[in-house]
Amino acid sequence: MIGGIYRRDIYPPFSHLRAVIALSEERSERRAHALGNVFLHAVYSIPGGEKIKECIQCGTCSASCPTSYAMDYTPREIIAAFRAGLLERVLRSNTVWLCASCYYCTVRCPSGIKLTDIMYELKRLGVEFGLVQEGAVAPVLSKTFVDMVDKYGRVPEIPLMMTVLLKTNPLRILKMIPHGLKLFLRGRMPFLPHRISGISELQKCSGAMTDALVSGVHAGPVTGEET
Amino acid sequence: MAEKIGVYVCHCGTNIAQTVDCKSVVDYASGLPNVTVAREYQYMCSDPGQELIKKDIKELGLTRVVVASCSPLMHEPTFRRAVEEAGLNQFLFQMANIREQCSWISENKEMATERAKSIVGAAVKRVEFQEPLDVKKVPVNPNVLIVGGGITGIEAALQIADSGKKVYLVEKEPTIGGYMAQFDKTFPTLDCAACILTPKMVSVGQHPNIELLSYSDVTGFSGYVGNFTARIRRRAKYVEEEKCSGCGLCTEKCPVSVPSEFDCGLGKRKAIYRPFPQAVPNVPVIDRDRCLYFTKGVCKVCQKFCPRGAINFEQKETYADLQVGTAILATGFDLFDASKVKQYGYGRLPNVITSLEFERFSHASGPTGGKILLKNGQMPSNIAILHCIGSRDTNFNEYCSRVCCMYSMKIAHLAHEKTGARVYEFYIDLRAFGKGYEEFYKRILEEETIFIRGKAAEVTDVAQTSAERGKLIVVAEDTLLGIVRRIPVDMVVLSVGLEPRKDTTEIARIFSISRSQDGFFLERHPKLAPVSTASDGIFIAGACQGPKDIPDSVAQGAAAAANALSLIDRKEVTLEPTVAFIDEKSCSGCKICIGLCPYNAISFDESKEVSVVNDALCKGCGTCVAACPSGAIGQRNFTDDQLLAEVEAICA
Amino acid sequence: MEFSYYPGCSLEGMNKAYDKSARLVSKTLGIGLTELNDWNCCGASAYMSIQELRAHLLSARNLAIAEREKKDLVVVCPACLTTLTKSNHYMGEDLKLRRTIASALKAANLQYLGTVKVRHLLEVLVNEIGEQEIKTKVTRPLTSLKVAPYYGCQFTRPFGEFDDKEFPVMLDTLLKWLGAEPVNFPLKAKCCGGMLMTTNEPVGLGLVRSLLDCATQNGAECIATICPLCHITLEAYQGNVNKKFATSFEMPTLYFTQLMGLAFGFSRKELGINEELISSKAVLARRVEAV
Repeated sequence: MIGGIYRRDIYPPFSHLRAVIALSEERSERRAHALGNVFLHAVYSIPGGEKIKECIQCGTCSASCPTSYAMDYTPREIIAAFRAGLLERVLRSNTVWLCASCYYCTVRCPSGIKLTDIMYELKRLGVEFGLVQEGAVAPVLSKTFVDMVDKYGRVPEIPLMMTVLLKTNPLRILKMIPHGLKLFLRGRMPFLPHRISGISELQKCSGAMTDALVSGVHAGPVTGEET
Repeated sequence: MAEKIGVYVCHCGTNIAQTVDCKSVVDYASGLPNVTVAREYQYMCSDPGQELIKKDIKELGLTRVVVASCSPLMHEPTFRRAVEEAGLNQFLFQMANIREQCSWISENKEMATERAKSIVGAAVKRVEFQEPLDVKKVPVNPNVLIVGGGITGIEAALQIADSGKKVYLVEKEPTIGGYMAQFDKTFPTLDCAACILTPKMVSVGQHPNIELLSYSDVTGFSGYVGNFTARIRRRAKYVEEEKCSGCGLCTEKCPVSVPSEFDCGLGKRKAIYRPFPQAVPNVPVIDRDRCLYFTKGVCKVCQKFCPRGAINFEQKETYADLQVGTAILATGFDLFDASKVKQYGYGRLPNVITSLEFERFSHASGPTGGKILLKNGQMPSNIAILHCIGSRDTNFNEYCSRVCCMYSMKIAHLAHEKTGARVYEFYIDLRAFGKGYEEFYKRILEEETIFIRGKAAEVTDVAQTSAERGKLIVVAEDTLLGIVRRIPVDMVVLSVGLEPRKDTTEIARIFSISRSQDGFFLERHPKLAPVSTASDGIFIAGACQGPKDIPDSVAQGAAAAANALSLIDRKEVTLEPTVAFIDEKSCSGCKICIGLCPYNAISFDESKEVSVVNDALCKGCGTCVAACPSGAIGQRNFTDDQLLAEVEAICA
Repeated sequence: MEFSYYPGCSLEGMNKAYDKSARLVSKTLGIGLTELNDWNCCGASAYMSIQELRAHLLSARNLAIAEREKKDLVVVCPACLTTLTKSNHYMGEDLKLRRTIASALKAANLQYLGTVKVRHLLEVLVNEIGEQEIKTKVTRPLTSLKVAPYYGCQFTRPFGEFDDKEFPVMLDTLLKWLGAEPVNFPLKAKCCGGMLMTTNEPVGLGLVRSLLDCATQNGAECIATICPLCHITLEAYQGNVNKKFATSFEMPTLYFTQLMGLAFGFSRKELGINEELISSKAVLARRVEAV
């Protein structure tokens, strides 16, 4: 929820529930119930998230999705699992990280559900609760991406690829050498990251946002806007 | 002399009593000036409740009555009647709404009770200033105007005409029959549409009490219940109806061939044409935009060959003013435009057609003589029918179009019968709610129609396997299996939804009726008054009120007819006297009110140089009352004194 | 005509040619592109997959800097377009989000009042410059060069503000103005997989294969792209696709700005076409004079 206590960017909500989740055994009912609550509020909290209640299970999203054929659970099944409180198994599958954000589901959904944004939320939840598929590369790539942006302000592609491959599948680097060589010979291989001069500024802003959310304080209205 | 006011606080079961402390309100009311008696009761609208009022009027000599209960829209007439029966003028009664405007919107019991007291206090103060008024009775013209000659209009027309009243049936197309005339078979009986429709059409054409004005539309409608004037534009057919015998020779000889609207553009018609051979009236019209004589000044072959000399190129459009007492709007629907949903390829990919186009193919007098054919002239071996196109969709129309599941199943049946093809139906939910509908579904299942639960996401021609090459591929998730399937077919039929007609805005404006959020005409009450409108004397029936099938359309046509006949047989109607009135002495003759009146109820008296309100036309909207700069206009039962008294009481 | 210009991270790296050709073409048409000062990464899909509010903050900083310039912000990457536009819209609609971001920006003395309009260069060229102006600059028409116009996902989705969400036509139109022949390309707005090529190669290859297949089947001699990620995905992995599916694709892939540049008379080197991984020399030589 934007600005409310449910932002898990920094400070998790339902800290008592999190304790339950952390301490309880993996498959226990209490844990499943606690997780279910967290997921429910998390998804409802994003802009337009509550529309998920209006899903008529028509399957347009699944059939529009370019990668659903490879998913363990189709996009529509994600919502069915969500309703049944069985989201954990979906997050542990390959499903959410196969989403390429093509937005077909979002533009075609007859109930107006912004499924792509919900997918982003599920990705975030998965990373936060450590519920991702074993050996999945995509979360690693995204996390590495974030680290680089936080550090430099921009993302150098080659260092990004190299870091991700080293972490997940070092052997693949060997396979990519011919590609790399081709790019290098054409002058398309930048190695050094460009650090923006405003990086400390950006980090300050990020920090300020964290503080504000934790303490529950917001600055007053921006000049010129309504209260 | 002081008034004697009786105040009655209703519990409305728990609707009010649960949130409002009725005893407290009664106590409060008793303490107000001029209140003779204050009571509470569980259901004031019931017989014993009404008896309480009547008894008090008789025994205590009450001169004013206030009932604190629901909305006036619910029971004002009830209590007014009770009051009149006890001998008190019904306009010495006032309702205080402590339900919709109090108990139903308050969560806090204290706040609700305070609010209720305030509302009751205002009503008590106001009612003192109310005066007795007499209702006006006007006669009802027994003629009925029916707009729209589809199955609904036809049903209404026949019912009314059979009862001996005169009907003017106005239809904008050259023939009556509507969409039903285009269908091949109807569900669930698989009756041939033409076979059951044309006899009714003929009855209409021959009925002595029905005056059929085809190729005409309504351009103006004024007046008030029982006394309306309708202005009809009669377009020029360039064929004289009285002379024409319907032999059809002109249509044979005409050299100009253009796409036929009746065949959805799939077949041809001539520049002089009848939409279909069984047209009523069986008189062709000339399409002047395509006619060689009108566009180039040549030809006139039709005139040369007509044995009756019925062709008249000089014919002019005329206007007729009809006097009627009631009107029934049965203007029907339009189909959703499938080209808006680009992912299904309508208009882009060959052999993607709409349900209506399939009907035309299937129809014996359609463009292919009843054969279902692909663009290349061959019969399809695999057909997919896609449900919910343009319906149940926030991107287009949110509502369900009600008939598509059933007509899709009918199409599946026809497809099986005529082509032996394998038929797939892609659905989200199946709606087979009517009499014989579920049984029809079973029949379609028995015919081995393949139902896949999943809305088709797209239709593509990009093949992924050799089996898909040259085919149309429907992509949908089989939700019952959780697998995305690609089904290659030869023909795709889009089950498009029903929409309000494009001229609905115009018609609503002409008849001063409202529309609901989905754009269809608004009924007075969705459950209890589906064919009346907020405008007395104007009724709606059929698909113009909301998507519906033929049985329901016919039922509504008959219902509207009954409503109209009921009004007519009353011989006279009472008009609310709560209308505007102008104080001649204060009127400066500025005429501001005249332009503002939405009902054209105010005219100018040249001799006295003042404005005058026509009591009968005035609907009491209050616009002129507010606008008059000299305050010369007041509204009966809504005078300044009354309204200010209410405000004063609330602010106290 | 002056705009602020946001190149995006991928234009600094492997796709400098896009930046080069975009600037060249814009200059020729009298469009002033002033690079946004010290812009930061927009975050694209990856950042939003980990952090929601900080992702919006990234957009907000860029938009705040752009607002100071009082010009529309032009991008050439649809991912940047969608990310910046989304933040713009959501901050506009959601008061709490707006305030949270505003208070964060304050720490760097920045503010964003919601006045910046983010646009893709393609849309600016078609809507602002228009047919006449562009045609006059064409000195070397691409005489019937058969091009498959590839839009990818995020040009018109999810907002669809300036072209159709399913079957956009803007690039087709522009190609016609250049004298080229845009082929029928039903998969023109289908996903190329983007990052999936790195995170799930088999799926990524499958998507690229179907795009290359469709382009080839419809007679395309090359593919025109408007997105750096689509470009590299389509261009760099054709060998892998061929190996996996026993196909023999060798489809030159060019940025639309490179095609424009060619039509305007610039050389391959000037437009960075010489950096391509699959040679377009033969195809262009057949159709375009003296390249």
